[in-house]
Amino acid sequence: MKRFIGFIKKEFYHIFRDRRSLFILFGMPIAQILLFGFAITNEINNVDIAILDRSKDANTQEIINKISASKYFSIKQMIEREADIASVFQKGHVKAVLNFEKDFSQKLIINKKATVQIITDATDPNTANTISNYVNAILQQYQKQLNKDITIIYQIVPETRMVYNPELKSVYMFVPGVMTIILMLVSAMMTSISITREKELGTMEILLVSPLKPFQVIIGKVFPYIFLSIINAIVIVLLSIFIFNMPVQGSLFLLAMESILFIISALALGILISTISSSQQTAMMISLMGLMLPVILLSGFIFPITSMPWILQAISNIIPAKWFIIILKGVMLKGVGLTFIWKETLILLGMTVFFIGLSVKKYKIRLE
Amino acid sequence: MFGNFTAVNAITFEVKKGEIFGFLGANGAGKTTAMKMLIGISKPTSGNAKVAGFDVFTNAEDIKKNIGYMSQKFALYDDLTVKENITFFGGIYGLSRVRIKEKSKELIDELGLQDVASQLVGSLPLGWKQKISFSVALLHDPKIVFLDEPTGGVDPITRRQFWEMIYKAANKGTTIFVTTHYMDEAEYCDRVSIMVNGKIEALDTPKKLKAQFKVESMNDVFLKLARNPSPTLPEGKGADDNIH
Repeated sequence: MKRFIGFIKKEFYHIFRDRRSLFILFGMPIAQILLFGFAITNEINNVDIAILDRSKDANTQEIINKISASKYFSIKQMIEREADIASVFQKGHVKAVLNFEKDFSQKLIINKKATVQIITDATDPNTANTISNYVNAILQQYQKQLNKDITIIYQIVPETRMVYNPELKSVYMFVPGVMTIILMLVSAMMTSISITREKELGTMEILLVSPLKPFQVIIGKVFPYIFLSIINAIVIVLLSIFIFNMPVQGSLFLLAMESILFIISALALGILISTISSSQQTAMMISLMGLMLPVILLSGFIFPITSMPWILQAISNIIPAKWFIIILKGVMLKGVGLTFIWKETLILLGMTVFFIGLSVKKYKIRLE
Repeated sequence: MFGNFTAVNAITFEVKKGEIFGFLGANGAGKTTAMKMLIGISKPTSGNAKVAGFDVFTNAEDIKKNIGYMSQKFALYDDLTVKENITFFGGIYGLSRVRIKEKSKELIDELGLQDVASQLVGSLPLGWKQKISFSVALLHDPKIVFLDEPTGGVDPITRRQFWEMIYKAANKGTTIFVTTHYMDEAEYCDRVSIMVNGKIEALDTPKKLKAQFKVESMNDVFLKLARNPSPTLPEGKGADDNIH
């Protein structure tokens, strides 16, 4: 036990004396959660739009007023000719142009039908989609207002309700993802680097010649990272609760247990990486390419898995992060208990056992 | 272990207590591999070997408690101070806190490191690291200390000083097992073995070897052997090493 404490103490010296690893450990989680929370968002606010109003009558003016009154849009400029539309987009600020046809009011009254064209800048397809939906919603509302005296006999009114995240805050979606990334990064990348560093320096040999058993060396190496990963998980949850008002609906104890399970699976991956790489650079490259990319792209964190081609969907199943994100969303947003996520938990547990087994085996092979 | 390649093939030798045993050979002759088998990092495929009276196959754990090891990289932690390194390595050998304190004071005084004891090892010159690394290998008073090319990359004066440290340790009764490819260092050893292509081609005191090959220096002995390795050496079926 005394040997173990000495070992851990040494490990903390390494971590606290290396500015780079300190930054990854403590700067990254905070920076990432703030970045994802504030900067990357699917909501739109104050999008600049331009308007080409070729009829300039009461109805178009009312619609324009409604649009400019909403917090989603700000009217950047009024243009006069159709030919100006292209140049307005090229300047880049304006993301959408509303093009009212000639004699809008007249057509509305006589033909009962008038058109307004919504042209959006689809270089960013998500934003373009959202803009067009929002404009549509405003137009629908105005239409309702016009028709309020007339009774329509058959009418289907869809009433949409978004559950678990009624305000559609994107931070709700990012917190589980960022937490997964950070835990993966700290646990897998940092441990694989710190183990290969000892190999590179030649100190690993000295440790293996000493009376310490190989598994004691490994446990001594990973223990500080378990501790730091747990602290990171706590910091992330606190940040999301207090800065982004994201509620944790489910049990905190379950959340902690699931997080520890994921941390251990990531640590096992880190050990595995360290057994197959001989230098810190290799370990870092394998961690980044082999772990971080799949976590970001295939875990369902940013891109929905259901819309991927079947082969990528199949691959996503072997990524522990996918299951952890499902678990996190379940516990944090839906407030479900173990009865609803036992399947995912079991898969994660199975993977963890497999990775530990494999890394122990690999580690032994290397010794002989 | 190395595919079909046999790095060390049926070597037989014995080292006496308190002896400085030079384990010589060109780069790639199998010195390091043979040493790794003795210190328990690699396993020989067959044969018998005893280190400090313990069998390498069955009592590897006992061996580890009784040996010291210094690698060719003078491996110490660069981001730990001299004192922290001593404390750490003393700790993993299970030395008590009091003993570590005594030992580190003794070591620091002996090497004249008072001024740099609280400095990070990374900031020290290579020659100092080498001496500290050797002293750390001796911290737990091992019966045998294994030195893997302990003088690589240091200047002749530092090498000289280092050999004085080796003599001091040997005089206290520690057995020294040292690999090197500097043939002038071979002259400092009590006995040497010379490995060529995974086999021991010569084993005796430097004096006798020079007489046997009728040459002036160990360097010439080595050159003669490396050019025409004797085909007459008996082929055994494994390693028979006995180190006391």
